[in-house]
Amino acid sequence: MMRRVLEGSHAVAEAVRLARVQVISAYPITPQTHIVEILSDYCASGKMNARFLRVESEHSCLAALIGAQSTGVRTFTATSSQGLALMHELLHWASGARLPIVMAEVNRALAPGWNIWTDQSDSLAQRDTGWMQFYCEDAQEVLDTMLMAYRLAEMVNLPAMVVLDAFFLSHTYEPVDVPGQEEVDRFLPAYAPGFRLDTAHPFALSPLVAPNAYMEMRYEIAAAMEDVLEKLDSVEGEFAGIFGRRYGAVEAVRCEDADIVLVTSGTVTSTARILLEELRAKGEKVGILKIKMFRPFPVEAIRRALAGAKKIAVVDRNFSFGATGIFAQEVRAAVCNVPEHPPVFGFIAGLGGRDITTGVLASMIEQTKTAEAPPAESIWIGLTEAAYATGRS
Amino acid sequence: MQLDVLDQELMCSGHVGCPGCGATIAMRFFLKTLGEKTVMVLPACCWSVIAGPYPQSTLKIPVIHTAFETGGATATGVRAALDMLGDTETTVVTWAGDGGTFDIGFQALSGAVERNEDFIYVCYDNEAYMNTGIQRSSSTPYGAWTTTTPGTHWKHLRKKNIVEALVAHRIPYAATANIAFPEDLVRKARKAKSIKGSRFLHIFASCPTGWRIPSEMSIKIARMAVQTNIFPLYEVEDGVRYTINYKPREYLVREYFKLQGRFRHLTDQDLDAIQEMVNEDWQLLLRKAGEHA
Repeated sequence: MMRRVLEGSHAVAEAVRLARVQVISAYPITPQTHIVEILSDYCASGKMNARFLRVESEHSCLAALIGAQSTGVRTFTATSSQGLALMHELLHWASGARLPIVMAEVNRALAPGWNIWTDQSDSLAQRDTGWMQFYCEDAQEVLDTMLMAYRLAEMVNLPAMVVLDAFFLSHTYEPVDVPGQEEVDRFLPAYAPGFRLDTAHPFALSPLVAPNAYMEMRYEIAAAMEDVLEKLDSVEGEFAGIFGRRYGAVEAVRCEDADIVLVTSGTVTSTARILLEELRAKGEKVGILKIKMFRPFPVEAIRRALAGAKKIAVVDRNFSFGATGIFAQEVRAAVCNVPEHPPVFGFIAGLGGRDITTGVLASMIEQTKTAEAPPAESIWIGLTEAAYATGRS
Repeated sequence: MQLDVLDQELMCSGHVGCPGCGATIAMRFFLKTLGEKTVMVLPACCWSVIAGPYPQSTLKIPVIHTAFETGGATATGVRAALDMLGDTETTVVTWAGDGGTFDIGFQALSGAVERNEDFIYVCYDNEAYMNTGIQRSSSTPYGAWTTTTPGTHWKHLRKKNIVEALVAHRIPYAATANIAFPEDLVRKARKAKSIKGSRFLHIFASCPTGWRIPSEMSIKIARMAVQTNIFPLYEVEDGVRYTINYKPREYLVREYFKLQGRFRHLTDQDLDAIQEMVNEDWQLLLRKAGEHA
């Protein structure tokens, strides 16, 4: 183990090196580029024994990884925003073909207008594609989650997306424990595919499937996703045994006696932690529920953490037009069948990289505290008056 | 017919192709030549269906079915992984229709051959989207009826010259072939197999269903496409060295057209105009090959 000061992007690259990935493919898009620049250099210099495929689009990038992973090697890519949107068709293909591809997804807003800053709409729009999704708070969590994502993906034969906020995480330097290769090899053995393209044992992958078998295949994917909920705990246990760190599908901070629980994801959680100290010092009973694993959605863990809360305030750095923030939707769905469940307030903030300060979060808590019941629609925080007037006239 | 590859059979009978399907004939001869150390990438095309539904497969080689536009890219990944696993012996083949090659798959194909990926890309060309029910592609020839070029809206645009587009990438080997000329097809498949880097085979594969011809005419029509100079047999090495493999013109364009329902609406004037285009293309090819008519 070595303590180094790394960007979030570099933490991803170190994890990919330590995972002994054999085929990497990527197409450049800001703010993902730092990840693949380093990996490209590692492949060229021989620091990694891997092939780097410099494809002509994100769509071809994921297609190439589908080909490579089907042939029996460990693969990686990183993308963002428009790039992820372009991959959409093949995101479904990767999970349907049961390929444990791991991707780093740097959350960035979708155009128009062109905006390179952080926003969760890109990855959350892919929630139904059959990929695991993990939202990380800091560079250490990024590195650790990458390694655990490979373990989990290969256990259940589903792809995984490790998500990090643009710039706030991808381009911010932090001290990171970089594990040694031997320790990582112990945690993550060489890839042993359950099936692969092999001329000695020919068969057809992903062929035409009639109604008599398609539904069962979909059910198997659903079951594998369910399986992740159980497997995560044992994988995290093993990881903690070697590296001394664990995160959980969710992290509940001072929720036991909290009247209001603020639900967060990604780097906003760090800001919330600071606010929490201030509010607790004033005697306010506030807690934080950080949702790290979004797919599969950890319904039971969320219900447990929110069991004692009187009100729930969800921070969404995304929006589903015609509906509400997406984390709020999912949290509502998770608690709605619990008798006497607390009301869920949904807040929209920080779209397109706008800062979510402690002040922004404090105003969410204040509004949650003072309102009797949540409105049906999301509450947009920090809109200029002019824009707000236009939107609601 | 003198062919030394007839004994090897890597395609099973009982496939679900239409009677007289040129694409099945193309596959059969191609695989006889390539042999069992072949991995095939199969983007969406007629062959996605012909290969049979799960859990069956018509082909006795490993096949990966993949999305429509990914033929070049998926093969890139398969090749890279085989190399990483130390398998340099197995040949990676992408087998795609004209839609997956000329149109939706063109970007991935261009990207792959620009990188000179080590694989053979085969386009079996039936000159329209036949699997979805005869819609025009950029390979559909001037004059043809399809379900999306009906009535007086028959295709008034020329067929894209895909081989020249590939040749412009200066790939090691590009060639045309035809199901009615199996010796030539087998020779070119064998030659492609022996070369490293990106190789492209454009195989003319007639489609009785879409061309409105009797199934027993499949081979005759395919042969006539060569004998009219509509689909010349030629090969290009390294993007510069052209060799024309078949020269005598034995039919006029109108003789080929009158046998096919898809051209039934054309007038004498239209056929004269098409004859001019074919003559012009042939002259251009002769010049590239350093020959003169």
